[in-house]
Amino acid sequence: MEKVLTKNIRPGQPPVDQQAYEAADGYQAARKAITSMSPQDVQTVVKDSGLKGRGGAGFPTGPKWSFVPMGPNAPQPKYLVCNCDEMEPGTFKDRLLVENDPHQLIEGMILAAYAIEATIAYIFIRGEYVLASRLLSQAIADAKKAGYLGQNILGSPYSLELYLHPSAGRYICGEETALLNALEGKRAIPRSKPPFPQVSGLFGKPTIVNNVETLCNLPHIVNHGADWYKGLSDSQDAGTKLYAASGHVKRPGVWELPIGPTIRELLEEHAGGMADGYRFRGVMPGGASTDFLVEEHLDVRMDYGSVQAAGSRLGTGTMIVLDDKTCPVGMVHNLEQFFAQESCGWCTPCREGLPWLEKILFALENGDGRPGELEILAEHCKKLGPGNTYCALAPGAVEPLQSALKYFREDFERHLSERRCPWR
Amino acid sequence: MLTEEQTKEILAEAAHFPHKQAASIEALRIVQRDHGWVSDEALEEIARLLEMTTAELDGVATFFNLIYRQPVGRHVILICNSVTCWLMGYPGLRDHLFSSLGIELGGTTQDGRFTLLPVVCLGDCDHAPAMMVGEDLHHDLTPEKINQILAQYT
Repeated sequence: MEKVLTKNIRPGQPPVDQQAYEAADGYQAARKAITSMSPQDVQTVVKDSGLKGRGGAGFPTGPKWSFVPMGPNAPQPKYLVCNCDEMEPGTFKDRLLVENDPHQLIEGMILAAYAIEATIAYIFIRGEYVLASRLLSQAIADAKKAGYLGQNILGSPYSLELYLHPSAGRYICGEETALLNALEGKRAIPRSKPPFPQVSGLFGKPTIVNNVETLCNLPHIVNHGADWYKGLSDSQDAGTKLYAASGHVKRPGVWELPIGPTIRELLEEHAGGMADGYRFRGVMPGGASTDFLVEEHLDVRMDYGSVQAAGSRLGTGTMIVLDDKTCPVGMVHNLEQFFAQESCGWCTPCREGLPWLEKILFALENGDGRPGELEILAEHCKKLGPGNTYCALAPGAVEPLQSALKYFREDFERHLSERRCPWR
Repeated sequence: MLTEEQTKEILAEAAHFPHKQAASIEALRIVQRDHGWVSDEALEEIARLLEMTTAELDGVATFFNLIYRQPVGRHVILICNSVTCWLMGYPGLRDHLFSSLGIELGGTTQDGRFTLLPVVCLGDCDHAPAMMVGEDLHHDLTPEKINQILAQYT
């Protein structure tokens, strides 16, 4: 298949530098856009391509941009922010892109910034990605020296300053409005929406926040067009995507594929099936905040609509596999421990509800579960669902729990009736 | 306490933004890079430089996992305890670290060499279990491999 996002990446090779990137047609799209397309033209091709956000929410990218006020009367400066705060447990796809082909991201950011008439851009990168930060820092300097960033890019009236901003931990920074607060030097608490960042974002100015993988698609869409992009996949969605699997599989890893392989194909063909001695029990298709799917779902296609119809979310497309030697209650406990710890503490349902869930799951795992507690868990899944909290952290946190209660109910009940974890 | 170099660096970062406060996290990272942690004195000086209240800045410093408001050892071990590392053997490795270092999570070895902390998913799940020591990422961990890795850090 035609590699798009990973076309320059060879396993075991050093990262692609400026020269190699340009030799592989790098920065052609930026040149094309800035010298021969209007910002609106770029927005149109991205909208027509059907590209959807790759950070987990899957919102169509072109339409997301279209809410940014444009033209000479729009507030200035406008900002483009790359969300490189990849911290969803089980997710390791953006790191592949930034560590191996940093210029692809920079070119994608130039295109997105140009499309919304932004003149200042930031890469918000998690602090732990030390190697990626060094590579991006160098790449930004090289791109600036080559004239792709800074004042009057390629002799045009368009100017763009791009800065790297390493963060200092906390999962909630991946929530785009919390990220904006962190960029402003504050505690990373999400903001009330509306207003949305497109209208009032960083420092109150129009801002777009896009995921790394989303941005990396842009040079290719601008170079080859919307029809080409749609033609890459025969599923309901367009383009290619990075998929991954982790857990007790033979070959954990990350692979670029046309959108829409089945779970079975990913698990068996790419990940090599379960490791010896382990049997498949379930999978979280898109990272830690997605609902479990089980054996009956193995032929579900990993596109946004199909996974949703099956009762889960495509999310980041990085699968976490549950095997038969691992206790589902223990796994969910680990997940809720993560979410409880990472709650920013701002709104009551999340701040109080998630630790409560964690305590109940801990008790269950240690044989101290009490009657009625499974019902409390289920009630929390409803009460911490979408619409009741300030952001999507808590609704995401209860997705693995609600689906585990549905598909592994017997296992929960055994913890209660046997007063121990049957896996220990 | 802030050196001229550090002050220059912080103000250079602040120049990327319309408000000085936006440089608060980078300022904390700079001080921590040089001293290992952020003391109350350093906090107060950074706050003054960025025209924030100390309380505001401490609110930011204590929010972020990777800013240390207590002294740490020469090398900070960040062991991932998120779901895939947990599936692939984190609990055993954690216990191995407890017994070989003689400390628990949050502790520092008596000789000041290591501080042991948990960290959330490091984005290296196809090579789980993983950990960082200082700025270095280590993965495919076993107790033996951990012993070899830690021996490299004096």
